[in-house]
Amino acid sequence: MAGPGPRISPGDVEHVARLARLDLSAAEKERMRTELDGILAYIDKLRALDTRDVPPTSHAVPVTNVMREDEEWPSLPREEMLANAPDRHRDLFRVPKIIEE
Amino acid sequence: MAGLASLTAHELGARYRDGTATPTQAVTECLARIEALDPQVRAFLTVTGEDARRRAALADARFRAGTPYGPLDGVPMAVKDLLCTRGIRTTCGSKILEGFVPPYDATVVARLFAAGAVLLGKLNMDEFAMGSSTENSGFFTTCNPWDLARVPGGSSGGASAVVAADMAPLTLGTDTGGSIRQPAAFSGVVGLKPTYGRVSRYGAIAFASSLDQIGPFARDAEDAALMLGTIAGADPMDSTAIDVPVPDYRATLGQGIDRLRLGVPAEYFTDGMDPEVEQAVRAAIATLEKLGARTEPVSMPHTEYGLAAYYVIAPAEASSNLARYDGVKYGLRATGARDLIDMYSKTRAAGFGNEVKRRVMLGTYVLSAGYYDAYYGQAQKVRTLVRRDFDRAFEKVDLLVAPTTPGVAFKMGEKADPLQMYLNDIFTVPVSLAGLPGVSIPGGFTQAGLPIGLQLIGRAFDEATLLRAAHAYQSVTDWHTRRPALQTGTADRTRR
Amino acid sequence: MSEHETIVGLEVHAQLATRTKMFCGCGAVFGAPPNTRTCPVCQGMPGSLPVINRRAVEFGIMTALALGCGINQHNRFARKHYYYPDMPKNYQISQYEEPLAEHGRLVIDTGPGPREIGIQRVHLEEDVGKLVHEGALETAQSSSVDFNRAGVPLMEIVSKPDLRSPDEAAAYLKTLRAIVVFLGVCDGNMEEGSLRCDANISLRPRGQAEYGTKVEIKNMNSFRNVRDALEYEIRRQTRALDTGERIVQETRLWDPDRAVTVSMRSKEFAHDYRYFPEPDLPPLDVQPAWVEEIRGRLPELPDARRTRFRQAYGLSSYEADLLTQGRGLADYFEAATQGGGKPKAVANWVLNELLRELPGDDDRAVATCPIPPANLAALLALIDDGTISGKIAKDVFEKMYRTGDTAQAIVSREGLTQVADEGALGSAVDRVLTEHVKVVEDFRAGKKAALGFLVGQVMKATQGKANPALVNRLLIEKLPKG
Repeated sequence: MAGPGPRISPGDVEHVARLARLDLSAAEKERMRTELDGILAYIDKLRALDTRDVPPTSHAVPVTNVMREDEEWPSLPREEMLANAPDRHRDLFRVPKIIEE
Repeated sequence: MAGLASLTAHELGARYRDGTATPTQAVTECLARIEALDPQVRAFLTVTGEDARRRAALADARFRAGTPYGPLDGVPMAVKDLLCTRGIRTTCGSKILEGFVPPYDATVVARLFAAGAVLLGKLNMDEFAMGSSTENSGFFTTCNPWDLARVPGGSSGGASAVVAADMAPLTLGTDTGGSIRQPAAFSGVVGLKPTYGRVSRYGAIAFASSLDQIGPFARDAEDAALMLGTIAGADPMDSTAIDVPVPDYRATLGQGIDRLRLGVPAEYFTDGMDPEVEQAVRAAIATLEKLGARTEPVSMPHTEYGLAAYYVIAPAEASSNLARYDGVKYGLRATGARDLIDMYSKTRAAGFGNEVKRRVMLGTYVLSAGYYDAYYGQAQKVRTLVRRDFDRAFEKVDLLVAPTTPGVAFKMGEKADPLQMYLNDIFTVPVSLAGLPGVSIPGGFTQAGLPIGLQLIGRAFDEATLLRAAHAYQSVTDWHTRRPALQTGTADRTRR
Repeated sequence: MSEHETIVGLEVHAQLATRTKMFCGCGAVFGAPPNTRTCPVCQGMPGSLPVINRRAVEFGIMTALALGCGINQHNRFARKHYYYPDMPKNYQISQYEEPLAEHGRLVIDTGPGPREIGIQRVHLEEDVGKLVHEGALETAQSSSVDFNRAGVPLMEIVSKPDLRSPDEAAAYLKTLRAIVVFLGVCDGNMEEGSLRCDANISLRPRGQAEYGTKVEIKNMNSFRNVRDALEYEIRRQTRALDTGERIVQETRLWDPDRAVTVSMRSKEFAHDYRYFPEPDLPPLDVQPAWVEEIRGRLPELPDARRTRFRQAYGLSSYEADLLTQGRGLADYFEAATQGGGKPKAVANWVLNELLRELPGDDDRAVATCPIPPANLAALLALIDDGTISGKIAKDVFEKMYRTGDTAQAIVSREGLTQVADEGALGSAVDRVLTEHVKVVEDFRAGKKAALGFLVGQVMKATQGKANPALVNRLLIEKLPKG
C-alpha cells in the first residue's frame, strides 16, 4: 500500500469496478487508475498523523437513542410507488435474468 | 411593478403587508426575468411557472384577507434539484435520475410551502453534489452572472446564480464540503451552511450523510435569517436532525458585534492563494474591528489534512448512498443488457458522469476489505483532530473569520485535473468535517470585477452570532448590494 | 462411530412481531397485495432516511435476556453492501462490530441429557423484499420484486458452532422457536418465513482441533428439512472426504423434492460487504435501567414453566409439555386452577376436551375461547360436588363451547342435575333388576362384569343423570348375594 510505485493496480481497478457495478471501457479504466492514483497519493498525507489514541468520528451528532414508537403511518399508494418503475410487470418491479457472480 | 425582483424577501414582505405589491406581481416579474436571462445563465433545470402562479394567487388571497402565513408568504424562491419535490421532476443534476418524479416533498420544501413560499423551479447543480463548478452537471453548465464565461461555483451553482441575477431573492442549496459557501463567494451572494443536525435532511438526495446540510442563498443576512428560521428544527423523519430550539435569528441581527472575539486562523492564509482575495479578507477583518470586534490569531494545525480526510469520507459515504441507482425502481435503465449484473453496470456507466464515477470508485476502494483501517478508519480519526482544532479555538474566540476560497470564479474548463478542482475546497471542508456552521458573505471584488467571499465560522448551533456579524458587516459595506451587469438579449457567451 | 465429527452452527432470522417496520412506519403485515405496504424509506427512494423502531429494540433485548446474553450497552447499526434486486438501497442496515447482545446459551436435550449450546450474538437488521422468478431461478429470463417485506424488522441469532448432529440442530431450532413465540416477539411461522434458518456445517477428523471447511446450507423451512438437509450434507461431505476430494467453501440450497443440496455459488472468495457505521442513525446507548425494566417484564420461559407445572401441580412431563405449548394455554390452565379447579382435573379437561376444539399453540384462539378459565373451573366444581356426573359434564362442556353459557345455566336449563335421591334412584334400580333377570343371574353366578352392564342400564334409564357411585351401591345392596 504505502511506499514507492503506483498505489492502485489495474487489477484493483477491475475489482473495484466490479464491486461498484460500473461498466468501464479499457481506456476509462486506465484513466481512472491514473486519476485515483494521484488522489490516493494526496490522501496518503493522512498517514503522517499519529492517531493511536484518537477516537474516530463515526457519528456526526453527539446524540444517542433516537428512536420512534411502533405506530403505523399510511403507506404510499401502490400507483405512486410504481410510477417511476423502468419496467413494471403488473404490480411488481421487473428485472432481467439474475445470474450469480 | 418593476424592480420587485431585486428586492430582498424581507422588503417584499413589507410591500405585501402594506399593499403596495402582491405576490402575483413579484412572481410574474421573477418568471419574466427567468425567461429573459436564464438562456444565458442556465440556472434552471425545471421552471414550475404554472404551479408558481397558482401558489402566488393563493398568497394574494391570504394577504387580501389579512391572514398571511408569515414573513415568507408569497415570496418567490427556487431550490437545488437535489431536494425532492412531490410531482416535480428531481434529477440531482444526473442523467440517472432524468425522469424521476418523487412522490413526496423534502421536509425543508414542505416547511417552505407551509410558510406560503412560492416555488419557481429546480436548480442546476454538479451531479449528485460532487463538484465545485457546476460543470459536472449531467445536463449543462450554469454561468456566473458576473462573467458568463466563468463558473458560478458548485455544487449549488444554479442556486447561487439565481440570487446573483435577481431571478429570485432566496434559494436553497446544500453544502457537504463547501457547496453553498464556495458558490456564494464566486457569485457575490450570502450562502449559509448550518450546523450539522440543524436542518432536516429528509428528502435531500444524499451525497455524504455525515456532512450534507441544506442552507439558504440570499442577498443579505436578514433574508438568510428568515430562510433559516423557517427550515431549521428537529424532524421525526431524520434521526440526525437534533432537537435544539430554533432561536429567532432576526431578533438578534441588529445587536452589533462590540467586543465580539474573532479568531483569524493562520492556516487559512496560504501561499498559493489569490493576493486579491487575501487583501479583501484582511480589509474585511479591519472593518469588523472598527465595528468593535477584537481579533486574535488562532492556530488550526490540522487544516491541511482536512481536505485529504474529506476526500476519503465523502466518497466512501457517497459510494454507499449511490449504490441504489441501479435501474430497478426508478431512473434510467440501460437497454440491451444480457442479465441483471450487466444491467446494473451498463445503467450506472451510462447514467453517472466522470466525477461521480471517480468518487464512487474511490469510495468503494477505501471501504473495501484490507483498506478500511488505513483509509476510512484513519480519516475518521483525523476528522476528530480537525474538530478538536475548532473546539480549542472556540475556547478563546466566538467566531472565526477567513477567506471562503483561495481564488475567485475561474473560467469554464480551466480546472481539468480533479485534484486541482478539489483544492477549491480547502477552506470550506474543515468546517464541514467539524459539523460547524459557516457563512460566506460578499467581501469585495477583484480588479476584474469578480466577487470575493468572506467566511465566518461559528460554534455549533450558534448561527445567530454568524448572522449578527454578517449583518453588522453589511450595515457598513455595500458589496452585497452590487449586481452583475446582465442584460436581457445579450449574446450567449457560454462555453458549452 | 464415524471417523468424522460433525460441527454445526445455526443462523436463525426471526421476523419481529412489531406493528411496523424496522426503520419506517409501514405496517409489517404478511400477505398484503404487492407493493402496497411501502413508502420512500423502505423502498430506498432518493432522499429517504431510516428511524429506529423502539419496540424492535425492546424485542431484541427481551430475546437476548431470555438467551442469557450480555447486552452491549453501546451498540449501533452498520451498512452491509451487496447488489440484489430485493435490496432497495443495495445495502442492508444491520449490525456488525457492535451488535445488540452477545455470548448467551440455549439448553437442548435430545435424550442423553441437557446440553448447553452457545449463542454467539443477537443483532437487529432489516428484511429484504420478495423476489418472484418466472419459473425456476436458474432458467428464469426475468424476475419481479415486491417490496412489502423490505424493511420488516429481523432479529438474527447466531449460535456458536457447538451443535454436533442434525438431531441437535433440530432440537436447537425447536427450543429457540418456542422461546421467541413464548416471548411474543415472533410468531414462529416457518412456512410463512417468519422464522428462517441457515446452517453452517463442516466435518473434521475426530480428535482434530482445527475446523474443516464449512459449507453454508440455506432453504430449510421446517425442523424436518433442517434434519434431512444436514443428514444429506454429512453423507455428501463424508463421501467426498473419503475419496480425497476437497470440500469447497460454498453456499448450497436444500432441495426438499429431490432431497439433495445443490451448489448455489462458490464462496471461495467471501462477499466484500464493505461494512461501515450507519451515518444516518446515532448509536444506541442501552441504559441498564431499561434492560432491568424489560427483564422484570419477561414472562416465565417455557422450560421454567414446564418444570414448575410438574413440581407445583404434580403434573406428568407429558402433561406439562402439552400445557406449555403456548403461553396462552399455560395461562389458561393456571387461571382455571386458581379459579378453584384441581390441577390434575383441569389438566385432563384442557388436554382432552379443550384441545379437541382449538389448537393449543394458538394464543389468540385460547384467549377468545367461549369457555373462560373460571367457567371451566365452575364446571369441574359441579362434578366434584355431585351435581352432575362426569359423563353429563362432557355434554355440558360441549354445550358451553357452542353457546358460551356457564355450566350452571345449562344444567339448570336442561335439568341435568344428577339424581342423587336414594328414593328415586332406588325405584330405577328396582325396575332394571326386574327387566334384566338373566343378567342378575349371571352376576349371582360370579360374572362381575354384569354389574357394569346393570349400572349402564340404570344410567340409561335416568338419561345419564344418576350418580354412578350411588347407583353402584344401591345395586350391590339390592342384588341377591351369590
